[in-house]
Amino acid sequence: MSQAIETADKLDKLEAESIYILREAYKKLGKLGMLWSIGKDSTVLLWLAKKAFYGHCPFPFIHVDTKHKIPEMIAYRDRVAKELNLDLIVHTNQAAIDAGMGPDKGRLACCQALKTEGLKQVVKEYGFDGLIVGVRRDEEGSRSKERVFSERKEDDAWDYANQLPELWDQFKTDFPKGHHIRVHPLLAWNELDIWEYIRRENIPIIDLYFAKNGKRYRSLGCACCTGQIESEADTLDKIIEELKHTTTSERAGRKQDQEDSYAMQKLRKEGYM
Amino acid sequence: MGKALEQKEAGLNIVVVGHVDHGKSTVIGRLLYDTGSLPQGAIDKVEKIAHDTGKPFEYAYLLDAFEEEQQQGITIDTTRIQFSTAKRDYVIIDAPGHKEFLKNMISGAAGAEAALLIVDGKQGVQEQSRRHAYMLSLLGIKKVYVLVNKMDLAGYAEIAFVKIKHDMGAFLAELGIYPLKYIPVSGLQGDNIASKSVHMPWYQGEPLLEALDLLEGEQAAVDRALRLPIQDVYKFDSRRIIAGRIEAGQLAVGDEIAIYPGGRKTKVVAFPYWQAKDQRTQAFAGASTGIQVADEFFNQRGEIITRAGDTPPLTGKRLRVSLFWLGKKPLQLNRRYKLKLGTQEVEAQVESIEKLIDASSLDQRAADTVKEIRLNDVAEVILKLKEEIAFDRFQDYQATGRFVLVDGYDVAGGGIVLAAEKEAPGEFSQKAMRYIMNHLPQNGELIVVVKDGEIVRLERTEREVFSGIDGEGI
Repeated sequence: MSQAIETADKLDKLEAESIYILREAYKKLGKLGMLWSIGKDSTVLLWLAKKAFYGHCPFPFIHVDTKHKIPEMIAYRDRVAKELNLDLIVHTNQAAIDAGMGPDKGRLACCQALKTEGLKQVVKEYGFDGLIVGVRRDEEGSRSKERVFSERKEDDAWDYANQLPELWDQFKTDFPKGHHIRVHPLLAWNELDIWEYIRRENIPIIDLYFAKNGKRYRSLGCACCTGQIESEADTLDKIIEELKHTTTSERAGRKQDQEDSYAMQKLRKEGYM
Repeated sequence: MGKALEQKEAGLNIVVVGHVDHGKSTVIGRLLYDTGSLPQGAIDKVEKIAHDTGKPFEYAYLLDAFEEEQQQGITIDTTRIQFSTAKRDYVIIDAPGHKEFLKNMISGAAGAEAALLIVDGKQGVQEQSRRHAYMLSLLGIKKVYVLVNKMDLAGYAEIAFVKIKHDMGAFLAELGIYPLKYIPVSGLQGDNIASKSVHMPWYQGEPLLEALDLLEGEQAAVDRALRLPIQDVYKFDSRRIIAGRIEAGQLAVGDEIAIYPGGRKTKVVAFPYWQAKDQRTQAFAGASTGIQVADEFFNQRGEIITRAGDTPPLTGKRLRVSLFWLGKKPLQLNRRYKLKLGTQEVEAQVESIEKLIDASSLDQRAADTVKEIRLNDVAEVILKLKEEIAFDRFQDYQATGRFVLVDGYDVAGGGIVLAAEKEAPGEFSQKAMRYIMNHLPQNGELIVVVKDGEIVRLERTEREVFSGIDGEGI
């Protein structure tokens, strides 16, 4: 009996693994939310959730708005949330902004207050047991050491020097009340995989990534701390071709990373995404 | 169902293991550096650190990203770094070599299909070289290259290489590991990493980079019996969907399936989908999928689906397993743990410790001297489960033949299933036990016939020898 065997390629394998992770999180963690930063990674994550749950998204999406985001991101966020009928939570650490917090107070301090602290406030307010986050190992050194299910204690701290073993796909799903689990379904993906998947699945993506007048964004964040790169890539094909040959790192345009040799490790230890 | 030629070959995950300070991170850093796989930002960052701390440029810093790792010059946690050749994408998993971080080493190795075992050409085979090799064998990683590193410090001498090849080979053979290659390298100097070394003309084989492309990835087991553990059952809309990942075999619309442990049968009527482009009539090993079935009886997470006629999984409550323990608190007899196997979760106890194995020397200690299993110990034990589950022997099906044990909130150990064990002889319910005590004859023998823990029949004899009860049906 000869039967056609479909051979899974790299994107098939990554997709299958991410869907498995999302389904584990949904089944095993209590109250769940997904961080949606409007960027390419978390938009791929949104797409994977739709696939995993057959067109449904059985948890809310969370956007931690620093009020410093690139304006197009906010317009895009509101449009897509409406089109996909997302249950969207937008949260801002208003108290910190009212107290004058901004990048002029130091970039790390600003990230710490408006992003990390903002995120902690949402987790506390809604009592989330699990937060799905679209970070990838290839982005940056401390993220390369993350687990797929990574526990955060009451203070949201990441005890990175003492991480538990994560064997096969048996993830950490037992934890005391008050702790929560950061779920990272995209850890194994790299930047090129993300773009090739966006092309394959025809995922709508914010057009800030496409070059205009010789410049484009490669990574999105706050307007004040995110630089554009020189690029003529104004289509998906061209972006993919550009990334195959680039030697600069993806987050080179993210100014907070350059504040200190261990900036991201320090931010993430405190609970940064 | 062939796909376009532009598809990427699936990536290969390779773990790098070995004794502390034998140069794992340096070999990997060098490989990434020599192949131009590092973004400019990464090298700048390491140069900045070297400059700030007044230390020389360390290839290892490319992986040892934590401040503590760089200050102490050791790897604490496992790192995954990607690089590509013309052939495929790789994920290189750098595992810590320090005994204290064995749990992190195992975490890294559990995600790998192949391994590079690094041995210092001057120091030779050390305790963790052997322990890590043992863990590879336990995790079922058979594709191994041994890299004899720091050949520059050993004078690039063939004799140093041959000695390690002999020592390591003898140990590995005892574990059933037969390395595909031995490669003499120097991570620091770049010998036999990305290109062939001029210092070791006696070495006829490939440098590491070429040798990597010769490794073959694991093929998804599409031609095996179906193993589809149920992950969840969804009812978001009018469809009732049984979701899960196919761990082995294949499945098509119209196939009759059997669901274990119960063995109930039904038929696949559809693979539901969100977008029209994902519509399909069959699915293969590796796919996270979902099915709709003809008979909507109660299904639950943990059950394993096979095709009727395929070899079914084993079922039972007693398992003979090989396990490693990573918990700070020792694993104790008759204490309650949670066993997670596939998508099943069940309460488990260690009924008996059959033997304790020193993973470094392979010395074995007999069961009667061992009362507990300590941090980093390896043992063969009998696990007793509270409820019946479906499983396989690890040698037959990896995904449904391995498990972890949770102690309290934390995964504290893991292992592989060696065999299903029969129900323990003479297991009585409390009621049955009371009945037996009340009916013991003064002299002679009481034969108790038991089924499912309850007494079916009693027989008294006048014989003097009490020979015991060997299970059901005497």
